[in-house]
Amino acid sequence: MRRNVLPGLRLSLGVTLLYAGLIVVLPLAALVFKAASLGPEDYWRIVSSTRALASYRVTVLCALGATIFNLFFGLALAWVLTRYRFPGWRIVDAMVDLPFALPTAVAGISLTALFTTNGWFGSILADLGIKVAYTPLGIMIAMCFTSLPFIVRTVQPVLEDLDPALEEAAQSLGGSDWTIFRKVILPLLTPALLAGVSLSFARSLGEFGAIIFIAGNQPMSTEITALLVFIRLEEYDYQAAAAVASVLLVTAFVMLALTNWMQSRALRYTVRN
Amino acid sequence: MSATPKRRKPPRVGDGPLFRRLLIGIVLVIGAILILAPLLIIGVEAFSKGWAVYRDTIIHPDTLHAIGLTVFAALVAVPVNTAFGVAAAWSITKFDFRGRRLLLVVIEIPFSVSPIVAGVAYLFVYGLQGIFGPTLDEYGIKILFAIPGIILASMFVTAPFVARELIPLMQAQGRDLEEAATSLGASGWRTFFSVTLPNIKWALLYGVVLCNARVMGEFGAVSIVSGNIRGQTNTLPLHIELLYHDYQAAGAFAASSILALIAVFTIIAKVALERQGAGRVRSSATRPALVANPAEKTS
Amino acid sequence: MNRLLILGAALIAPLAALFVTPALAQSPTKLLNASYDVSRELFVAENEAFIKSHPGVTIDQSHAGTSKQARSILEGLEADVVTFNQSTDIDFLAKNGFVAKDWTKAYPNNASPFYSFPSFLVRAGNPKNIKDWGDLARADVHAVFPNPKTSGNARYTYLAAYAWAKEAYKGDAEKIEAYITKIFDNVPVFDTGGRASTTTFVERETGDVLITFEAETRGIAKQYGASKVESVIPSVSLLAEFPVAVVDKVAKKHGTEALSKAYLDFLYTEEGQRIAAQFGHRVNNEKVAAEFKDQFPAIRLVNVDDVFGGWDKIQKDHFASGGTLDKLYGSR
Repeated sequence: MRRNVLPGLRLSLGVTLLYAGLIVVLPLAALVFKAASLGPEDYWRIVSSTRALASYRVTVLCALGATIFNLFFGLALAWVLTRYRFPGWRIVDAMVDLPFALPTAVAGISLTALFTTNGWFGSILADLGIKVAYTPLGIMIAMCFTSLPFIVRTVQPVLEDLDPALEEAAQSLGGSDWTIFRKVILPLLTPALLAGVSLSFARSLGEFGAIIFIAGNQPMSTEITALLVFIRLEEYDYQAAAAVASVLLVTAFVMLALTNWMQSRALRYTVRN
Repeated sequence: MSATPKRRKPPRVGDGPLFRRLLIGIVLVIGAILILAPLLIIGVEAFSKGWAVYRDTIIHPDTLHAIGLTVFAALVAVPVNTAFGVAAAWSITKFDFRGRRLLLVVIEIPFSVSPIVAGVAYLFVYGLQGIFGPTLDEYGIKILFAIPGIILASMFVTAPFVARELIPLMQAQGRDLEEAATSLGASGWRTFFSVTLPNIKWALLYGVVLCNARVMGEFGAVSIVSGNIRGQTNTLPLHIELLYHDYQAAGAFAASSILALIAVFTIIAKVALERQGAGRVRSSATRPALVANPAEKTS
Repeated sequence: MNRLLILGAALIAPLAALFVTPALAQSPTKLLNASYDVSRELFVAENEAFIKSHPGVTIDQSHAGTSKQARSILEGLEADVVTFNQSTDIDFLAKNGFVAKDWTKAYPNNASPFYSFPSFLVRAGNPKNIKDWGDLARADVHAVFPNPKTSGNARYTYLAAYAWAKEAYKGDAEKIEAYITKIFDNVPVFDTGGRASTTTFVERETGDVLITFEAETRGIAKQYGASKVESVIPSVSLLAEFPVAVVDKVAKKHGTEALSKAYLDFLYTEEGQRIAAQFGHRVNNEKVAAEFKDQFPAIRLVNVDDVFGGWDKIQKDHFASGGTLDKLYGSR
């Protein structure tokens, strides 16, 4: 490695470390410290209590459901936006970012209004015997909404850069569209899809604002982990709040590591061309 | 879905007219249900009790105060986060040092962690039962349940936004230009302002726009540290929750419409910046996690 | 290095300034009243009336579940007065030195200017024919009330149901608990505050019966009209006193002790009582009570001391971690 001649390392790094330390590390350290003050037995008892376990199950299952839905819908949307041109595609393309720009609380109340039994969609679904608001399905829809852009936006650039020659070659070999998609295109998309999936999943796990309005908040069945932290806090049970929050924190770390790893895999593909 | 073998030059995969129409149709319908409808219903519900109720909600002193507080929080948090983002991007992309990877992870954390965790964490630092709370209280400094707490929580949640926009771009651009400028005798600031900044300005601006949208809309973390004092520490998203539970659903949607408008403007700004910057600006939110090593790999 | 210091200072100085100013901005003409969730409209009216007789004073309101409010005050929410719906939460503040130990004696009627009790609100026409506490355990009845762990309102609901069951099942603990479990199992949504439950029940049309303070059921009935909901008064309920106290520690700091006291005194005046009654609260002032007699049907109210042996015992037996409530509400 050659000696760096650029100035400003100390200044920029100093500011970065100071800020990251004060704003990010210090509070999280306080949280970990608080959780650690519990002692291993109590800690384990709290994070593995039936109610906490039920909240992990609800959160993870709903996030999985939402991510799987977004995997298909996101891929289809990305495909449509890159491959087809139709009137208004630009608007559709722009709207993909809406879930990210719209505050989660606003998303929460509007989704609730749409999906309760007297809402636009809820009333139709209610006639079919499907209840959405205040059931895990509602949580899933809120998660689908907030995490939709992730898969679309990670897959889109890869689809755009896809070399048409590859498809042509495969077609000249007589492959059907479905075979070509499966054997040629999908493998190229996989790293981006996986990265998108892990981002979307991570976001769903941490979502709060959009969900609390539409979830029933019923312990054991529609209570997400973030809400359990909130409730523990309201019950003055600080250590329990810290303990459960630390589980969320660790999960976020793991997801981050996983995304990083997938991203460096994806990078191998992109660096090649 | 099968390819038509009769044609000489087959279209690209999935270009069959039936499949194409079907897929566009499905995507548009689901998109309308999942994305467009929530936006529409805000408008519909906001005006469901008539224009007068809408206007009264917006000009109510509590709403105005909430708007003011939200704007104020953004005015403080966004510039500070911008300065931080630029400094972080500069140090991470222009230098090699040990722990760069770790630093990247630290910057990324607020992104993947639930805002509730952030709120709880701040409570443990600045609450009267927390680490610094009692000391600060002795000096009459109030952080929680006051504006500083709201700003700090917003800062945490949006800390990575600008940095995430800049780092991949600055990594891709390398260090050659800056090195050339310094070797010609330009000062560090000069190099930054006349060499680096012009190359990153659109991405920077986009980071700022996103950061702003998120600060204004933050709910989870802020709801823990705010104390919900009407006309004092209620930000706009908290005010929406309050109205929602105040027999005033229409009012809640009226207040929501302001934030929805901001969201729409954010998207318009994004499209505009894409045009300016010639090329897709990918939102930092949807960008995969940053990797510390592409430069190392290629060089 | 110098630059670093300058930049650091430039970043921190405005922040620091910001952190200090709010503390200095306190003036003795300003009160913060931390109250329970469903008292929002009541205190808008009370404050307006109080300010008329105390020009120049402003009163800020904070509303949430009272347990949350008590915790927030402990964490630094600088409320000068609390107007709660449960004495345990004020006791909690007293234990931590924020409120005088003998706060219940500072004002008449256990420091409770008005009272109410858990009552029912059903859909118009009472389609499920819900008349009394026993109906709540029916398989086809879904009751809506907030989370008893965070909301004082819901704790009264729990206790009132318990008190009814205690009489109905002649103290058979097993039967009482089976009854309460049946109610809990059928609750579709546990919101964190009373008002959120109201929204769930009325706006979102979820559940068959909302259980909340009589005062709130009146407010809702007024707001939405008889075509949508109607109030049902059970055969017996639990007296819910709404205690008030000056948060001495904060009031001393702000210099608002006198103003805080005047504010709470105002709630006991004829005018203050009349406003409370207008918002559906039952009051002790005889003249006002007589004026509103027609609005408030008679009901047999039992009280916490007689049925449960006082709040301390309730806290220990029912609400403490691992107590009866935990057992019935869903294991931790």
